[in-house]
Amino acid sequence: MKREGRGVAMKVPYYPGCTLSTKGKGYDRSGRAVAAVLGMELVELPDWQCCGATFPLATDNSMALIAPTRVLYQAEQAGEQVAALCAICYHVLKRTQTALERDPAMRDRINWFTEQEYGGRVRVVHLLELLRDNLGWEELARRVMRPLTGLRAAPYYGCLLLRPYDEIGLDNPEAPTILHDLIRALGAEPVDFPYSTECCGSYLTVKDPTVSETLSRDIVSSARAAGAQVLVTACPLCQFNLDWPQRETEFGRTGDEIPVVYFTQLMAVALGLPEEDWGAEGMYTDPRPLLRQWAGDGDA
Amino acid sequence: MRTTISLSKLRSQFVRDVEEISGEDLLACNQCGKCSAGCPVAAAMDLLPSQVIRMAQLGMTEVLQSRTVWICASCLTCVTRCPKGVDLPRLMEALREISLRSGASEIDLDRLPPDLVRELPQLAIVGGFRKYIR
Repeated sequence: MKREGRGVAMKVPYYPGCTLSTKGKGYDRSGRAVAAVLGMELVELPDWQCCGATFPLATDNSMALIAPTRVLYQAEQAGEQVAALCAICYHVLKRTQTALERDPAMRDRINWFTEQEYGGRVRVVHLLELLRDNLGWEELARRVMRPLTGLRAAPYYGCLLLRPYDEIGLDNPEAPTILHDLIRALGAEPVDFPYSTECCGSYLTVKDPTVSETLSRDIVSSARAAGAQVLVTACPLCQFNLDWPQRETEFGRTGDEIPVVYFTQLMAVALGLPEEDWGAEGMYTDPRPLLRQWAGDGDA
Repeated sequence: MRTTISLSKLRSQFVRDVEEISGEDLLACNQCGKCSAGCPVAAAMDLLPSQVIRMAQLGMTEVLQSRTVWICASCLTCVTRCPKGVDLPRLMEALREISLRSGASEIDLDRLPPDLVRELPQLAIVGGFRKYIR
């Protein structure tokens, strides 16, 4: 997809997943909008279901592979690849794909159960991957209408987008650069901080909320200490876990909150999209007052 | 804590179950401690991750009472760093599964703050229930 391809959209089968259709609508909205302006139409799979939100780590638990295999089957009917935005959907689908590729007997067993013949050929990709490998950072930088000059953005990768490397393989699991490169292409300044790949607590938030809140506060305060004005993530659970502890409570606000945005939202601002395409309403720490500094007057 | 180590414990059904469910070789771990050093939730654990492996190696079923296996968030930092390639998150999952399959349930819905329940993203509910309830 090069410059001459502009106007002729490349259609990419797209799996939104449960959260992007509900709580994380802003990620879906901004993701589709920025992909479209870059010549990629994210075409939602006509019939999809939840991926199960966890990859089974027990080797004898093939039940939990059924839901993601159904998604992969649905994707296979639509094309050769399927794109996800949610880091957890991406993780579950990609690991399932890898597991079935390495274990054809397991694939047969699941196909027998679902009565759907999944051929095992779908390539699971993340939008970040398409931006890096199909479009390229230089081309993205050329498409930027409103460079985010001076914005100090902390890339927060979390866990499941990167690990385990031998099954996901998106980027270096200990020293990733993909979000750094994206932030730089948008004209902003990526801020390094030591908690960039630390876990936010993930599902612990439904079991031991105090444990995950402690982890989240450490991540946010580390980014703040490094001078970040905004945290950038690709995962709706990271977004929630980092943003929720910063919500306004009966005690008001502390005054040093940092908004936690999806990378697609930063892109929407830099690509000059109107504010409704940012999908930034309803977040606990409103990023719009900060981001409007880089938006044009007519867009607000 | 007083405990007895015996050959029958080292080769017990418990050890076989952990190895079968996880697909991992418990004795591959040489207790270097790198997993514990890098674990982001170690502060909230009663046993360090490497101690959990040690107890499982020795067939000590007491390890099932530890909070650690439930605090592990499966963030996969340890498996990324383990010099022996031990997939510790799979071992933790095996220990959780052994408890869950005998009827344990780790989420007490009544104790979750109502404002949190209203706001939780769907995937946290789906994933959390899959991981902590059977």
